[in-house]
Amino acid sequence: MIRLEGVCKRYGRLDVLKGIDLEFEAGTVTAVAGPNGSGKSTLLRIVLGLVRPDHGRVYFDGRPLNGDWRYRERVGYMPQAPAFPENLTGAEVLALLKDLRGNPAGTDEELLDAFALAPELDKPVRTLSTGTRQKVSAAAAFLFRPDVLVLDEPTAGLDPSASAALKDKILREKAAGRTFLLSSHIMSELEELSDRVVFLLDGAVRYAGPALGLAAETGQVNLERAAAQLMRREAS
Amino acid sequence: MNTAAKVVRYELRDMVRSRWVLAYALFFLGFCELLFRTQGSGTRVLLSLVNVVLLLVPLVAIVFGTVYLYGSRAFIELLLAQPLSRGRLFAGLYSGLAASLAGAFLVGVGIPFAVHGAGEPGVYGTLLVLALCGALLTFVFTGLAFWIATHFEDRLKGFGAAILLWLAFAIVYDGVVLVVAGAFADYPLERAMITLMLLNPVDLARVLMLLRLDVAALMGYTGAAFERFFGSAAGAALALAALLAWWAGPVALGLRAFRRKDF
Repeated sequence: MIRLEGVCKRYGRLDVLKGIDLEFEAGTVTAVAGPNGSGKSTLLRIVLGLVRPDHGRVYFDGRPLNGDWRYRERVGYMPQAPAFPENLTGAEVLALLKDLRGNPAGTDEELLDAFALAPELDKPVRTLSTGTRQKVSAAAAFLFRPDVLVLDEPTAGLDPSASAALKDKILREKAAGRTFLLSSHIMSELEELSDRVVFLLDGAVRYAGPALGLAAETGQVNLERAAAQLMRREAS
Repeated sequence: MNTAAKVVRYELRDMVRSRWVLAYALFFLGFCELLFRTQGSGTRVLLSLVNVVLLLVPLVAIVFGTVYLYGSRAFIELLLAQPLSRGRLFAGLYSGLAASLAGAFLVGVGIPFAVHGAGEPGVYGTLLVLALCGALLTFVFTGLAFWIATHFEDRLKGFGAAILLWLAFAIVYDGVVLVVAGAFADYPLERAMITLMLLNPVDLARVLMLLRLDVAALMGYTGAAFERFFGSAAGAALALAALLAWWAGPVALGLRAFRRKDF
């Protein structure tokens, strides 16, 4: 579904990504993990077209990304820290997103119900809690039944019940053939959700394989510790 | 509907409810009302308004524009992840903000004049020139704000650049021009003065308004040279054309930066 070939990105003197080769297959959940500053977000942003790689290519369904925006009709995005225009209501934000995609019929409003968001949608965004904004953002990502969903730390600000509802949704949609690309810090979540973990360290792929393998290899429950473990092993 | 128009529509809805935009409109409303009560005639109100418009409109447009763009960064990223072109998004964001600020200014100034009436002949014509200059300054400085906020990744640098640019155009420039004029008083300076004026949008707006008000003494050094050189009509046309170029230039640079930027 998505293929990266030799993707490099450098900000000033900082090498954020040093030649990434990866393939994300259709109907799978891939988790991009790694310590802060390892290049996770940059990787997701390159797939979304927000950041352009210095070198290398990204293929979406066999076609190289070349600045054309049309492929994003098939992409849903849930940012790490969602922010909406303060004076608009949640309903107005969702209406704008629908409007921008030409108001397609048959939007997926399942998450709005699962989160019981209806009473919150008529309030101005500035009065909503961080968690509620996160819920609106999650619902927006699934709204247009995209083939590919990019979720940046999807459960980070959610309460346990909302987090469970979102995870159920991800697994259901995966079964329906959608492709997920998500980042997370929580090892149990990676194990629960993902078919494959890509572990980034200093802008390079340090591990790519099943989540269980990474846990077993490092014997750690937390990714930061897993990273530390991997680095120690490398040093010795 | 065009994508840019959709973005404009949502942004207008956001801005109409913004307390800052409301306060901006109310300021002009209150200030004009005060001027009408103390100055009486429409022409004198307009004369007093000129300097406030020249200082405040660029300041609000450039500061509010940069604050707005940095503040909307996360939402802009979400919009960029939607199927739409960067150019359309930039056009929509820019037009929505510039139209909101210009609208607030026009409503704030327009209502008191509508209530009190013209009083003297020619006041409405002058009001129209003032409204046009205020709107154009809003467009120019919102464009500069968008360019700055897109160019500087670091928002502190962006705010600094915005304030410095405003200080340079609205305050420092005329002083520098005077110093230059004083130092080279023995040489023919008219062409140099006119060139200097074309390089400053605030000066251009000042000249446009004062040519109409016919008070060359208030025009500063560049304005006086300008009127002597061109006469009123040709001078106004040139100043207007230069102001339009000041609008197009920064917006084009901002658009270019926005298209190339890594978000």
